[in-house]
Amino acid sequence: MSAQDFTIAAGLAARRRLGATVAMIALAILLMLISLGTGPVRLSPLTVIEALFGGGSDVSQVIVREIRLPRTILAFAIGAILGLSGAALQGLLRNPLASPSLFGAPQSAAFGAVLVIALGVADVRSYALPVAAIIAAFGSVFVLLMIAGRNAGLLILILAGLAISSLAGAATALVMNLASNPFLVLEIAFWLLGSLEDRSFQHVAMALPFIVVGAAILLSQASAFRALTLGEETAQSLGVDVARLRLFVIAGVALGVGGAVAVTGTIGFIGLVAPHLMRPVIGHDPARLLVPSALAGSALLLAADIAVRIIPSTSDIKVGVLTSIIGVPFFLYLIMRERRALGGGVA
Amino acid sequence: MTMLSAEHLNVALGGRRVLRDVSLQLAAGHLVALVGPNGAGKTTLLRALAGLIPSVGVIKVGGEALAGLPLRERAKRFGYLPQGHMVHWPLPARDIVALGRYPHGATDPARLSPRDTEAVARAMQAADVMEFAERRVTELSGGERSRVALARVFAVEAPIILADEPTASLDPRHQIDVMKGLRAAADQGVLVIVVTHDLGLAARFADHALVLSQGHLASQGAPAVALSEAVMADVFRISAFRAEYQRETVIVPWAEI
Repeated sequence: MSAQDFTIAAGLAARRRLGATVAMIALAILLMLISLGTGPVRLSPLTVIEALFGGGSDVSQVIVREIRLPRTILAFAIGAILGLSGAALQGLLRNPLASPSLFGAPQSAAFGAVLVIALGVADVRSYALPVAAIIAAFGSVFVLLMIAGRNAGLLILILAGLAISSLAGAATALVMNLASNPFLVLEIAFWLLGSLEDRSFQHVAMALPFIVVGAAILLSQASAFRALTLGEETAQSLGVDVARLRLFVIAGVALGVGGAVAVTGTIGFIGLVAPHLMRPVIGHDPARLLVPSALAGSALLLAADIAVRIIPSTSDIKVGVLTSIIGVPFFLYLIMRERRALGGGVA
Repeated sequence: MTMLSAEHLNVALGGRRVLRDVSLQLAAGHLVALVGPNGAGKTTLLRALAGLIPSVGVIKVGGEALAGLPLRERAKRFGYLPQGHMVHWPLPARDIVALGRYPHGATDPARLSPRDTEAVARAMQAADVMEFAERRVTELSGGERSRVALARVFAVEAPIILADEPTASLDPRHQIDVMKGLRAAADQGVLVIVVTHDLGLAARFADHALVLSQGHLASQGAPAVALSEAVMADVFRISAFRAEYQRETVIVPWAEI
């Protein structure tokens, strides 16, 4: 094979990746239109587009632009940051089982938010909520990476993640346990299940800035993840400041996941699943996986949020419950696939 | 010309002194074999010289103090090949080799400048890995993977190459391939430092040998001299068969003493 041949081969691969990314964008847009049209009043995608741009009846305009648009924007943005966080953590740790929810980040963020509500220091719609969630998420990811050290195996990561999420869960339970007001307990519990129902533009304003900043931080580190393919030491010899990279990833994940959890509660396993869906089409390059994983995360959460509105049931199914019901079996499947590596061998 | 020098280098890891007062001066265009028993501090010396771990003492690269160089500048001066040739994701061999251009600002293998593309192609030809450019490294044999790793280091086009046991777990043919590749780089003016346990390869291919023993330099010089019978006995606690074949030094470890 000559130098020219491999330039051509690389060009073909780049075109395939671009095609896949464009297809994911189209899918996300389509799902957003369906999401805007789904609810007690069903609207066709055409009516939705009309209403979005100020046409159609007043009723459909109110439904689309004021009731359903915030929910759809949140589903898109939160799905994206969860998918992106998963891809970034998998890139940092060179490990396909890494994800925010396995490391206890959403659970810790939820604890931070619950504590703020229980203490009554702030209203459910104040910025204190996302800030507390971000601080707690930062703490959890930081502790996890401290425990993991430089070249942590799968087993250490998963055990440490289990410990951290258990601790966050226990701490949350303690707060609920000690809460004086039963209505407060009910509110916290429902909110912990993770839901996008009845979210307003106020919620969007609360979460979106943090999500955007977190995503920007993670995306800015893309090429460093690629260099990490050769391990931390070699990446450092190539000029990657690995210690700074870790800090950036912790900050990006904490901002994004903390901001998301503060308005929706815990929505798990999107970050684990999204990168895996994209690898067969995009390849394993951790830098190239970031954007497609974010789009896959958006598509997954939008689809899940549409599903909870369509599935007939006596009471509302929470979207966080649905993503876990689908995500955990997927996790089990991944464990089965990674069995050899988990058994202690070097994959 | 002195390419790399260290004066009174000391390294402590986890409270244990691993390197004691190591001083050396190494010239461009030399292949230097770094030998010593297990635990003598060979890998630590390599890492310290590349600035990957903190050390006390003065290291100079081409006359400049290593401590004063930013990370990116250091990366351009050292091609570092760690033990094991670990690759964590199944990327095509070409993308792995292209990572060698990372210090030069080429962080995306799909968008290399013509200059970087040429450097990658040169490195792949030098290491003879062109034929599996598009294959995933995880699907290659151990020997092929070690050649890809070598190509990745060549692609940096650094004046210094530091290779940590590049021949470990390779069959004899691939060991010779790798050593010849490194020798060729040295002949083009690169300073190559190779950590190895194979005293035979060290004696044959190196211009200069460094013998580490318990963290200090026990001996250094031309291989036949630095790996004298006395050093073999004191440092390695073995006797060796010594001869000359095709005008090259032959050392075969023989018996424990």
